[in-house]
Amino acid sequence: MDPILLARIQFGANISFHILFPTITIALGWVLLFFKVAFNRTGNEKWMNAYRFWVKVFALSFALGVVSGITMSFQFGTNWPGFMERVGNIAGPLLAYEVLTAFFLEATFLGIMLFGFRKVPNWMHTLATFLVAFGTTMSAFWILVLNSWMHTPAGFELRDGVAFATDWWAIIFNPSMPYRLAHMLLASGLTCAFLIAGLSAFRWLRQDRGPDVMAALRTGVAIGAVLIPVQIFVGDLHGLNTLQHQPAKVAAMEGNWETKGHVPLLLFALPNEATRSNNFEIGIPGGASLILKHEFAGVVPGLNDFVAPDGTRLHPPVAPVFFAFRIMVGIGMLMLAVSWFAGWQLWRKGDIGVPLAWVLVGMTFAGWVATLSGWYVTEIGRQPWLVSGVLTTAQAASTVPGGMIAATLAMYLAIYAVLIAAYISVLFHLAGKGLKGVASPTGAGVAKGGAPVHPAGATAKGT
Amino acid sequence: MFSFLDGHTLPLIFAALMAISILAYVILDGYDLGVGMLMAHGDRAERDKMVATIGPFWDANETWLVLGIGLLLVAFPTAHGLVLQALYLPVAFMLLGLTLRGVAFEFRVKAQAQYQRWWDWAFIGGSTLSSLTQGYMLGLYIMGFKEGWATHAFALAAAAGLAAAYCFVGATWLIGKTDGALQHRAVGWSRWTLAATAISMVAVSLATPLVSARIFERWFAFPNIIGLLPIPLMTGALFLSLWVFLKRMPRTDHSLDFVPFMGAVSLFVLGFLGLAYSFYPYIVPEKLTIWQAASAPESLFIILMGALVVLPVIAAYTAFSYYVFRGKATELRYD
Repeated sequence: MDPILLARIQFGANISFHILFPTITIALGWVLLFFKVAFNRTGNEKWMNAYRFWVKVFALSFALGVVSGITMSFQFGTNWPGFMERVGNIAGPLLAYEVLTAFFLEATFLGIMLFGFRKVPNWMHTLATFLVAFGTTMSAFWILVLNSWMHTPAGFELRDGVAFATDWWAIIFNPSMPYRLAHMLLASGLTCAFLIAGLSAFRWLRQDRGPDVMAALRTGVAIGAVLIPVQIFVGDLHGLNTLQHQPAKVAAMEGNWETKGHVPLLLFALPNEATRSNNFEIGIPGGASLILKHEFAGVVPGLNDFVAPDGTRLHPPVAPVFFAFRIMVGIGMLMLAVSWFAGWQLWRKGDIGVPLAWVLVGMTFAGWVATLSGWYVTEIGRQPWLVSGVLTTAQAASTVPGGMIAATLAMYLAIYAVLIAAYISVLFHLAGKGLKGVASPTGAGVAKGGAPVHPAGATAKGT
Repeated sequence: MFSFLDGHTLPLIFAALMAISILAYVILDGYDLGVGMLMAHGDRAERDKMVATIGPFWDANETWLVLGIGLLLVAFPTAHGLVLQALYLPVAFMLLGLTLRGVAFEFRVKAQAQYQRWWDWAFIGGSTLSSLTQGYMLGLYIMGFKEGWATHAFALAAAAGLAAAYCFVGATWLIGKTDGALQHRAVGWSRWTLAATAISMVAVSLATPLVSARIFERWFAFPNIIGLLPIPLMTGALFLSLWVFLKRMPRTDHSLDFVPFMGAVSLFVLGFLGLAYSFYPYIVPEKLTIWQAASAPESLFIILMGALVVLPVIAAYTAFSYYVFRGKATELRYD
């Protein structure tokens, strides 16, 4: 198999696994701060119990994010040595600022946030929670600056093929950065909202309906219901920004081969790159033109514009971008329907019903699917470029033999499969333990008097 | 006003920063990986206590690896590519080990009861695998990535040596953070790992000049040898005094419980200085100097400005975190 494709699959597998966890922790940090502040202001124990349950989910998610993030910092060099050689002068400082302003902050204060409640004053614990949430968000900021720069590079000049920074302001605030950052932060908020709603609904189904569970459920549903329309709006802006800077990507998202007006919004199709047309097309006439150009006659770029005279394809592979985009949008619509319906139920009746609870449980990880699909759209949509117009993915690849990449890829896939299975099962296990789990002295815990952790955990409530 | 920060001094500064990060990583994650390996000898209750000594710190400790490798990546991109491609397989196995160890912190207490023991072994196995592969990579680096069985034999010895050194610093950390029966056991562990560390350090110190004529020249040419003599002499004296001190541990008075850890840290610093002196000015042994591998001065400058502001802040809050969790480790609890 082609070593470049193997290297891409390996890096793609790792970065896909990694993003699952920051997507949760970025927003969950702020939700925890909300629980903590609500407790400080009202003194109502339900907020602190909600905090105690969700801080465990945070700790678990954070650990998985850290270890997969470390893997990534090595894979830049092992898989894409050409990346740093050619654009290292720009990528380097951005990554360095991420480590310096975000990683140390979150990692250090995480210890105090998790285990320091009895060791520092309450305000200090609240501050630690804030600094961890702030750190995760700063981390997202810097990495999205770099990622956006790879899509829409600005503020540099090329000397002998190597990029040199000329304007750091233009590099940081490159054309797609504000849209991508907002889109991703909202994706994190939605992923977290549905995780909270889903696990809380699971607890509700297990007859665990204490005030802390209901408070978390309401919080999750409310965040989802508020953020989803904002996300649809921001996603649309991001799409228009992409149309301006990366038209080939939009052409692939729409499955549009010829540049023309009255382009339909395709609900389904099988893009066929051999015939350069779609099979089994079902679409709404003029829909894509209307969305992208705000008029039926609006001209939408087609994929055939991005073919070199010698027949070399200069646009991304169409089918993965086309389908990933439809999965993302489909889940977004589902999120809108479910969160608004759940919000209406909670508002009218103050409670949810069994069918809705099961739907929420089913959508616990809907945010993951939507986020990954969205990333596949944008990253596969940038191919064949690694940095648009500057460096192709093939140029950055390493000389490591394909066999070695394949062997380590198999190892990574195996461990990631085990870890995802363990993560999901442990989340539901924690949720299933219900009230007993809330105040158990776990963490890397030592039970008092050397007794096993579990019996101590089971009796800790009310002690 | 910053004219002295040119293409000559900036790579030097960054080499120093990277060296400090790697040294900080080796000491800090060294002790928690060491504790992880020593957990093989504890029962479940002892393992809980051992994890409690490192629980609030390990995450920040591991960040030094990201900073060290990040500085290599951003300041010396050419070297990063060369080194990491040469170390492709051991890096993959180290990452596997770090992944298992890192997630096991959480899973060993949060998973269903019947799986918790599996995660304990993932913790121990992950710590061991990370330590061995790091030592193996150090060995390959010292041998200048040369082909042949001698390189791999030396790297295997270095793997065992670094793992022993990590166990030693881990055991001294446990002496500082625990008391009672566990502290007693930690003293025992620290003695035999100290002996193993001493043997490995002597082996590496003898092998390095023999591998490279250049390094031999740096150490043994007159008058260098006189100026350098204090490094091996101090190291030897430190080994002896640690040995004597540990014979008198554990003490009923706990005021000196951190002395062995401080001694272990000093050993790491001395060993590191020796290696750094041997390889300077090369970043890839005998292939690339730090100036040949460095990024553009403009980019290094902008990183340095940030680092100068942020590093003291990082140092301050790291110190604060160690202050909050000072003294003997207590049960880790969320409430």
